[in-house]
Amino acid sequence: MTETVERPARENAVGQPLRRKEDARLVTGRTNWTDNIVLPGMLHMAVLRSPMAHARITRVDVSPALARPGVVAAYSGADLGDANGSIPCVWPVTDDIVMPPHRCLATDEVRYVGDAVAVVIAGNRYEAADALEAIEVDYEPLPPVLEMPAALQDDSPLVHSESGTNKCYTWEFAGGDYEAAKAKADRVFTRHYVNQRLIPMAMEPRAVVANPTGPGGEITLWSATQIPHVLRLLLALVTGIPENRIRVIAPDVGGGFGSKLQLYREEVLAVVIANRLGRPLKWTESRSENAQVTHHGRDQLQEIELAVTNEGKILGLRVDLTANMGAYLHIITPGVPILGAFMFNSIYKMEGYSFSCTGVFTNTTPTDAYRGAGRPEATFAIERIMDDLAAELGVDPIELRRRNWIKHEEFPYTTISGLEYDSGNYEAATERALELLGYDELRREQQERRDRNDPVQLGIGVSTFTEMCGLAPSRLLGSLKYVAGGWEHATVRVLATGAVEVVTGSTPHGQGHVTAWSQIAADALGVDVDAVQVIHGDTGTSPYGMDTYGSRSLVVGGMAVVAAAERVVEKAKLVAAHLLEADPGDLEYKDGAFSVKGSPGSSKTIQEVAFEAFTAHNLPDGVEPTLQANSTIDPATFSYPHGTHLCAIDIDTETGMAKIRKYVCVDDIGKVVNPMIVEGQIHGGLAQGIAQALYEEVVYDAEGNLVTGSLVDYLVPAAPDLPSFVTDRTETPSTTNPLGVKGVGEAGTIASTPAVVNAVVDALRPFGVDDIRMACTPERVWRAINDAKSRGGERVAEGTVAYGGATTDSTAGGAS
Amino acid sequence: MIPPSFEYVRPGSVEEAVSALASSGDDAKVMAGGQSLIPLLRLRLSYPEVVVDVGRIEALRGVRDEGDHLVIGAMTTHDEVLRDPLVRTHCGLIAEATETVADPAVRHRGTFGGALAHADPAGDLPAVALALDAGFVIEGPGGRRTVPASEFFLDYLQTVLGPDELLVEVRVPKLGAGWGYRYEKFHRVAQSWAIVGVAAVVQRSNGSIASARIGLTNMGATPLRASATEQALAGADLGSIGDAAGHAADGTSPASDLNGAADYRQHLARVLTGRAVTAAARA
Repeated sequence: MTETVERPARENAVGQPLRRKEDARLVTGRTNWTDNIVLPGMLHMAVLRSPMAHARITRVDVSPALARPGVVAAYSGADLGDANGSIPCVWPVTDDIVMPPHRCLATDEVRYVGDAVAVVIAGNRYEAADALEAIEVDYEPLPPVLEMPAALQDDSPLVHSESGTNKCYTWEFAGGDYEAAKAKADRVFTRHYVNQRLIPMAMEPRAVVANPTGPGGEITLWSATQIPHVLRLLLALVTGIPENRIRVIAPDVGGGFGSKLQLYREEVLAVVIANRLGRPLKWTESRSENAQVTHHGRDQLQEIELAVTNEGKILGLRVDLTANMGAYLHIITPGVPILGAFMFNSIYKMEGYSFSCTGVFTNTTPTDAYRGAGRPEATFAIERIMDDLAAELGVDPIELRRRNWIKHEEFPYTTISGLEYDSGNYEAATERALELLGYDELRREQQERRDRNDPVQLGIGVSTFTEMCGLAPSRLLGSLKYVAGGWEHATVRVLATGAVEVVTGSTPHGQGHVTAWSQIAADALGVDVDAVQVIHGDTGTSPYGMDTYGSRSLVVGGMAVVAAAERVVEKAKLVAAHLLEADPGDLEYKDGAFSVKGSPGSSKTIQEVAFEAFTAHNLPDGVEPTLQANSTIDPATFSYPHGTHLCAIDIDTETGMAKIRKYVCVDDIGKVVNPMIVEGQIHGGLAQGIAQALYEEVVYDAEGNLVTGSLVDYLVPAAPDLPSFVTDRTETPSTTNPLGVKGVGEAGTIASTPAVVNAVVDALRPFGVDDIRMACTPERVWRAINDAKSRGGERVAEGTVAYGGATTDSTAGGAS
Repeated sequence: MIPPSFEYVRPGSVEEAVSALASSGDDAKVMAGGQSLIPLLRLRLSYPEVVVDVGRIEALRGVRDEGDHLVIGAMTTHDEVLRDPLVRTHCGLIAEATETVADPAVRHRGTFGGALAHADPAGDLPAVALALDAGFVIEGPGGRRTVPASEFFLDYLQTVLGPDELLVEVRVPKLGAGWGYRYEKFHRVAQSWAIVGVAAVVQRSNGSIASARIGLTNMGATPLRASATEQALAGADLGSIGDAAGHAADGTSPASDLNGAADYRQHLARVLTGRAVTAAARA
């Protein structure tokens, strides 16, 4: 028997606003970005890109570049031959989807400005960049296809001539019977919204280093990626290199927002060419390349229709989307709008839902996942139309939502799109948000300003959002034709000294996994947070994982950590029982130590057990040495965070300038592991959602050149441009995972865009304004005030292309 | 985002700089703080053979008091300018406008003279120099000359500076008692250029306006004076500011771009001029 040890009761780490373990290193610059990596004999790659949106390539001659100083190699697509692999799309959403080749280097035609044509490999970045200018390419211009409605016309030029169409797919979905619901309705209210194209614009541009000199012919690729595990698999499929000879490492990664949830051409090229040359190779993207060729997000034309009673009860919903794929399909390009299909009905009850989405090719940068990926687009449309419908019916927008939302006592609730929402309390979040905003007082002030024709008008916008987190139940992904699963893996080890290692397959790129996983594991094992080391981001040390996107890490990856830690405790209990000469069933585990129930005097700490498991001198029969366990969790369902966001905005009607006066959000993300990390996620998410509403917008000129190709023209707001956010939470635990968590990575972005645009439109309704195109720039607001029908205008400047070609004439709303 | 190669010269004196420029002809570029030139180099929009970095010429830095003028060295950084007690006391309009230039990182590198010599009509300081009737002191192989702000700016990014000349300092008349000022900058995010800016100085006398000078940012290829408004304001009472401001865009032909079409810019010029003059007259 061991001696009695008095152990202080341990305080739970989960729920504490602990400072992030990551930050001291990050904020003092002791970081390991991919571009910081320098290897002996390393070469540098530069990529020659198309200056034209659409042209036939009649000749590429890289030989003049070979004569330039420092140049080691140069390749066109033809020079690479079979090694010029095609980027796969892993989400063919329909059986008859059109999936054209997406070669690393274009060989027959270039299809957007920035399309890769050739590469130079040289001794340093400068030599590589200089030598690009020597490559000779002959282009035969072809008419660019830039606008989606025009692209779908029979006489349109084709982005991929061999496909015979610019239509990528049409995907349809129904819940209940929309036509029956419509037949019963008093009114049918149709609106046309535009969800403009955005650039994800992560702080760290992309970068790769490929080192082919590993033992056993292994090639190591460091990449600024969100998905080292998925990347390894895709690289193996594209290059033919056996998966077990590829190691992918995501070192410190400076943000992704979906843009690094990708297999990029440069990743394949770096691996293939480094292998061919037998030397390490680096490529780092410039900010200009980042804007031009790293995938874009959003870009949907949205037709949305509500069939309602005169009292504002929703009976049915119809959504018809046109979604811009860009010039090629990237890994989940077609699936992004489909992710939104289940979210248009949001928190509202109804009898029928009809959804259709048509994906369209254009001569623009490919689109793919961007923070929220389909859900912000859906939330924007439904929350915009709810405010517009409230105005049409003369009902307060909050009251209209109350008449339609799922009441808290109705959970679990299966929605019209077939998802079972496990929990939620929309009433509580909304009441708290109204109180924090001072809703009634601001409504009074709004009326006063209207009455006295004040040059500054006040608007209040509402967004009562929900979303789905925790990608994803593998069977469901299979039913949607996604080619992979949605599980996550973790290993928990208690080493001989009692130090704890948590290996996670959920690779962070700024979220704070290391801190949060430490908190979770510390509680599950009853140890100190500082005793836990989290290992991630390297297929050599964390071989299994599905990585980080879609607010999945905590709800899937975090649960794998919990499950693995529980298995460790189960095994430790067998050892402790043996050491304590007790039956395992008589032991209890508390604060990191096992003791016999009712006889707390004798105990074994987890650290003592770990040492015994290491020496293996005295283990019970049948128990293997070492104290470690794995878990691979496949989520049974999604989780559904929700919240109420309210925005009060001042509009200077003389200039059109919109300035947020107060922004309140009350989010319900279930249980919270680290409130400080949550607060950071909410703030950053709000900034990105507000950016779509007021600042950011991709614009092409009539030839397909990206006009907003730098941070001078693509306006990313910073701290001085944003208000102090008023944030609060309600806490309705999820019932579908042991921690009761729901996910928070995208909530702010999903919720805030419609709240802000609703506020702008609300301020201007007395002028007859019912919509303003995003971004709600001062000029658009001013034009809408002076000509309500213009909705601020579709184009930001004459001769430019935005919104995939939406036109004001086709955007008429109103009741029928 | 990688510049082409160029020769780099870092003279220690104005004389050395001028001689370096003279020997390089048209192929040299002067680099002050580099906040405009380096992006142009990185985007390969500019291919100079020689870059003459005047950043180490101490004689070009600092602010001094010369009685009825302040003299601001061309290489004084924006941050030094806006914190300078002489500037704040005697040329507050410069401090007010400089505070709106880009962000703190740019203001610590970018220079007063560099911004003026770059002559970007969207920059804040050219219109301010115009409104203040500043004098530009230029040194070349033949010695020094002083050019009034009204003659310094020739066209988009073009000034009277010859290829072998260097802007060395700027002489700014002090605003005396009875003068007020305001810089109204209209931009969408804090670090971006002005869509339109208005720099106004107003001399009050017995409750009315004795005279006013108004510089317009980004209303044409060069900074402009709102002459019609200035004339309408001379001797006018405060109640007529709105009418006078209605002429602020007279004769302008601003560009149409992503941030605003020409008619919107002209509208903004009128609104912002009214606001700037009102604030300056009340100050």
